[in-house]
Amino acid sequence: MRISRNLISNNTNHVIKEDIDLSLIDSLINKYKGKKGNIIPLLQGTQAVYGYIPKVAFDKLSHETGVEVSDMYGVVTFYAQFRLTPIGKYVIKVCHGTACHVQNASLVTDALIDYLQIKDGETTEDRLFTLETVACLGCCSLAPVIMIGNETYGKLNDKKTVNVIKEIQRKEKTNAN
Amino acid sequence: MEKVKVIVGLGSCGLAAGAGKIYDEFLRIKETDQLDFNLKKTSCIGMCYREPLVEIVDETGSYLYGNIDIAKADDIIEKHIKNSSPIKEWVVKTDLFETEDNVFFNGQVKIVLRNCGYIDPESIEEYESREGYLSLKKIANEKMPALDVVQLVLDSGIRGRGGGGFPTGLKWKFANNNKSDEKYIICNADEGDPGAFMDRSVLEGDPHSVLEGMIIGAYAIEATEGVIYCRAEYPLAIKRLNIAIEQARAKNYLGKNICGIENFNFDIRIKEGAGAFVCGEETALIASVEGERGMPRRRPPFPAESGLWQKPTNINNVETFANIPWIILHGPAAYAAYGTEKSKGTKVFALTGKINNGGLVEVPMGITIKDIIFKLGGGIIGGKKFKAVQLGGPSGGCIPEHLSHTMVDYDSVTATGAIMGSGGMVVMDETTCMVDIARFFLDFTQRESCGKCTFCRMGTKKMLEILTRICEGEGRDNDIEMLEELSLQIKDGSLCGLGQTAPNPVLTTLKYFRNEYEAHIHDKKCPAKNCKKLLTYEIIPEKCTGCMVCKKGCPVEAISGEKKQVHFIKQDLCTQCGACFTKCKFEAILIY
Repeated sequence: MRISRNLISNNTNHVIKEDIDLSLIDSLINKYKGKKGNIIPLLQGTQAVYGYIPKVAFDKLSHETGVEVSDMYGVVTFYAQFRLTPIGKYVIKVCHGTACHVQNASLVTDALIDYLQIKDGETTEDRLFTLETVACLGCCSLAPVIMIGNETYGKLNDKKTVNVIKEIQRKEKTNAN
Repeated sequence: MEKVKVIVGLGSCGLAAGAGKIYDEFLRIKETDQLDFNLKKTSCIGMCYREPLVEIVDETGSYLYGNIDIAKADDIIEKHIKNSSPIKEWVVKTDLFETEDNVFFNGQVKIVLRNCGYIDPESIEEYESREGYLSLKKIANEKMPALDVVQLVLDSGIRGRGGGGFPTGLKWKFANNNKSDEKYIICNADEGDPGAFMDRSVLEGDPHSVLEGMIIGAYAIEATEGVIYCRAEYPLAIKRLNIAIEQARAKNYLGKNICGIENFNFDIRIKEGAGAFVCGEETALIASVEGERGMPRRRPPFPAESGLWQKPTNINNVETFANIPWIILHGPAAYAAYGTEKSKGTKVFALTGKINNGGLVEVPMGITIKDIIFKLGGGIIGGKKFKAVQLGGPSGGCIPEHLSHTMVDYDSVTATGAIMGSGGMVVMDETTCMVDIARFFLDFTQRESCGKCTFCRMGTKKMLEILTRICEGEGRDNDIEMLEELSLQIKDGSLCGLGQTAPNPVLTTLKYFRNEYEAHIHDKKCPAKNCKKLLTYEIIPEKCTGCMVCKKGCPVEAISGEKKQVHFIKQDLCTQCGACFTKCKFEAILIY
């Protein structure tokens, strides 16, 4: 339910035309075509290729495997893992597990929302950062925790969190130059 | 002389604390200085609060070093490895002398975690060297009939470790009774409780123990295929499971005529979950494996009769499976020797929150909550007052300090209104607001409700609205009664465990901390000083230096005062955002 709501708000923001190479999912389709229980693996595979599930990919998947778009859409909006909009280069996962909550994880989220000027589930205009609240990253003894890519940052507060982001921005800038 | 072994803990928590860099440092120096030691990897030993951990094993014994950084790693190489003189003050665990962390291990009984932190999880040989796959071989050598295996599990008294506590042997018996040409055995590794990571540690640290448990289960119920339904958020666990499955196939622990048992054909595949808490429920999990939306259905028929693809299916949790090989090898009596009359064996807990020694502990059933928190856990951070412990995640409840003598077993925990759950144990101190905790869990269940049953879908949302209102100082006179009524209706009107237990966090906090709810509603005060909207901020004149920082930082211009003069907060304008408190360098802001 939460996801479908994000969807509506995000769709209006993202009218960016994507260049999507649909041949990238051919092998995936061949692998799962006609197999029972294939909807989730097909969608997971597609998301692994594009980082999200583009609308045109739905059409192709449906056309070639015979699975109805509505069935796929039902699955996509049910599970937290699936995204219908492109994501930023860095996905910031803010842990809101119980341990992080009692150690003031909301301070971290608020700092990120304040600094990046995006809401939970949104992507910054420069497409560098996507902010995501997740249930539990399982590093409870380091609470509060965020995860960016494969890197985990623990024992954070508002200032430390913003510094992590600033550091990435600085790196990106030097790389661009 | 045997080579010195250097073992770095590379579980998820270790990696998060920077263990990967420590491993690289040892590798770098080993190569540049051409040192002759064995560098190995292992997983979580449970001491998350001391990560990164490095164990050095030399001819005198084993030394576990904690809180290692690059500089310490260099020192250890210099002193311990090159000059054989251990740095005693950094050692957190050894059999050779007492350390302050010994308390963390005293009182633990490691059955499920028997190999975690001791073996390289990516090596089947290391698993085999510690009784691995001996249970399976025992069954094969003794030509044990399937029902005898079921009987052993029944006799051990083990109950499902996922939280429900249904006797595992009985479940297997039902699945065995239903004859079919196809049968499935599923391992539920969709560990979704926020604040729980027991299963992840087992999968990362000892994947073969889960596989062996599943293979034995498959033999006992005559299953043809196994599925591990694992959270996609656990990439390391999935990677290590895949390696373990390949290794097991190569050694004919999986495949055809396993271990020479004629017609015992069985293989395991991994199914990645896609992120839905409700999929921990058996029938929802089955729907998800079938590729559908993970929505529960009515039982009966139970999965043992008609489960995955309408075939008899048995589902057990990771921890349950990891117990099985030990039970078969050491016998049910040895297992039942641990625990209480109705709860046998051990239980793994993820100890987190406001506790000094946070980590993973495995304790015999029957130990008291107090002993876990104050003996193993080393008490509360900063010496604050212990208030409550949350057991069972969103389906569980809070057990207050005055019931901390409660024994950890299924029945005693249930009697308090909480549930045993899968093993999350979040410790809370005097600064934790119990209304806020209830709101936190309802926020979780409300989002994770699949939407099938109206009471769960709408009821949890309504409860969340009321709780949010209370936390924001808008509580009304009959809110408590309303919460209680909604709780009962949601419990009665929901099909699956998620809905039936969703009100538990509210009901237990209402039972034990009703005064906190009343303070929020009637006095508009948060006794734990946690709910921002209910706080009053004031400047302490004696401490204020008139530096203007708070005045500049206040987003609503509620602070007045001239430079080098005492400042003042206009209460009618203050929005309780707390900016002045965070910004003040002189601790001049009083909160009450």
